Amino acid sequence: MIKRIFGALLAAALIGLGSVATAASAPDALVKSVMDDVLEIVRTDPALKAGDTSRAVELVEEKVLPHFDFRIMTSLAVGRDWRQATPAQKEKLVAAFRTMLVRLYSNALTQYRDQTIDFKPLRAGAADTDVLVRTQVLQPGAKAVDIDYALEKQGEAWKVYDVIVAGGSLVTNYRNDFRNQILSGGIDGLIASLEAKNAELAGAAK
Amino acid sequence: MTDVIQMMTLKKTIRRAPAILVTTLALAGCATVEHPHPDDPWEGYNRAVFAFNEGVDKAVFKPLATGYDTVAPLPVKSGVGSFFGNLGDIWTGINNFLQGKGRDGGSDAARVLINSTLGIFGLFDVATDMGFEKHQEDLGQTLAVWGVGNGPYFVVPFFGPRTLRDAAALPGDIYGGSLVQLSDVASRNAVTGLRVVHERAALLGADRAVEEGSLDKYGYIRDFYLQQRRYEIYDGRPPRERFDDARATPMQPIGLSAIEADDAAAGSLRIELARAGGDTLKAQGQEQ
Repeated sequence: MIKRIFGALLAAALIGLGSVATAASAPDALVKSVMDDVLEIVRTDPALKAGDTSRAVELVEEKVLPHFDFRIMTSLAVGRDWRQATPAQKEKLVAAFRTMLVRLYSNALTQYRDQTIDFKPLRAGAADTDVLVRTQVLQPGAKAVDIDYALEKQGEAWKVYDVIVAGGSLVTNYRNDFRNQILSGGIDGLIASLEAKNAELAGAAK
Repeated sequence: MTDVIQMMTLKKTIRRAPAILVTTLALAGCATVEHPHPDDPWEGYNRAVFAFNEGVDKAVFKPLATGYDTVAPLPVKSGVGSFFGNLGDIWTGINNFLQGKGRDGGSDAARVLINSTLGIFGLFDVATDMGFEKHQEDLGQTLAVWGVGNGPYFVVPFFGPRTLRDAAALPGDIYGGSLVQLSDVASRNAVTGLRVVHERAALLGADRAVEEGSLDKYGYIRDFYLQQRRYEIYDGRPPRERFDDARATPMQPIGLSAIEADDAAAGSLRIELARAGGDTLKAQGQEQ
C-alpha cells in the first residue's frame, strides 16, 4: 500500500519535473529568456549606453553565443563547397565566420534605441526538431521589423543556426557572398578574405 | 565656421554630381563582371551607380544624418519618425486598396485619422497602441500584385537599390508620398530635407553592420534587398522556397548522425523553408 502511494507520488513528481523541463527547453522560451536577459543589461549598463563595443562583445560571448551553432551556420553559408573543405579549413572557416558574426551582433546591441520586442506564438509540434521562433522589433512611427530565429534541437538543447531579418536570411546572404570568394580563390581564398576583414576591423577598433 | 565650409563642400559635391555620375558610368562600360548573378544582368552599370551613391552618401547624407542623430534627443526623433510615418500611411493605404486588401486599407485610413487627431498631427503613433498595425506598401508592390515581374536588379542614382519594376514605380511613389504638402516652397523643401536626413539616420546602424559584416558590400546589399523585397510583396508570407544543402556537422543525438558520419560521403540535407503554410522549418536528410 505504502509502496503504491510512494509510486504515485514519484510518478507525480516525475511528471511535474518533466513539464518544468519542457518549459525550460522550449525554443521560444529560450529565445525570449536570452533576449530579455540581454536587453535588460543593454538598458542599464552605462558602458553599453556609451557605445562601448568591447563590452558588447563580452555580453554577446557570454549570453548569446552558447545558443548558436556556428558549425552548422558556417556549413550552410559555405554551401556545397563545404564538403570539399579539409577539417583544418573547416576549423578556420568556423572561427573566422564566428568572429564576424559576433561583431555584427555586438554592433547591433550598441545601436539599441528603446525598441521593444514582441514574441509571436510558436507554431510547432512537440516532436519538431527544427523550428522558427518569430519575433517583431517595434519602434514608434516605423513598421515593425520581423526577426525570426531558426533553431534546431540537439539532444535536449536548442541551437540557433539562422537569423532571418525582414525576410532576409543571414545564411542565404552569406552563401552568395562566400560563393564568389570561393569561385575566385577557392576555400583558402574565402578563409583569407574573412581573416583579412576581421584583422582590418580589429585594427580599426584599437 | 566649419558649418560654412561643410555647406560649401556640400554644394560643390551636389553641383559636380552629374559629372561624376557620367564618368563612373563611362568607366562601368569597360568593367567586366566576374561572377554574374541571375537577377543582376546589369551588374557593371549597377556597381558604378552604387559606388557613385556611396560617394554622395559619404560626402553629404551620412554626415548630416550622423549630426542629426547626435543632436536630436530620442523623443524628437521618435516624433519626427511618427510624423512622416503618418504621412506615409496615406500612400500605404491607397496601395492596399489598389491591391484589393480593403481591410488593411481601412485600417491604414483609421491610422491616419487617429494619429492626425489624437496623435497631434501625427507626432505620436497612438494607433499602433490601439491595435492598428502599421503596414508598408508602395506602387512597386501594387504592380507586383497586379502581375508585373521584378525585372532585373537596378540601382537608381541617389535612390539606391530597386528592381526595374520598382524603379519605374518610383516617380509614382515620390508623388504619392507627398500628397500632403506645404504651399510655401522654402518650408516644403526644409520638410523634405528633414525627411531625407531622418530616414538616412534610421539606417546608420544597419549601414555599419553591412560595412563590417560583408566581404562584398555591393553583393550583400543586393541579395538582402532582393530577399526583403520579395518578403514585403508577399506581406511577410512568401511561398516556400527550397534549397539544397551540404551539411557536414556531426549531430549524434538526433537521427541525422548517420548521414553526417563521413564528411566526404555526407548526404545532402534539404532545408525546406516553409514559411507559407505552417510557418515551420523542416530539415530532412536524404542519402545521396
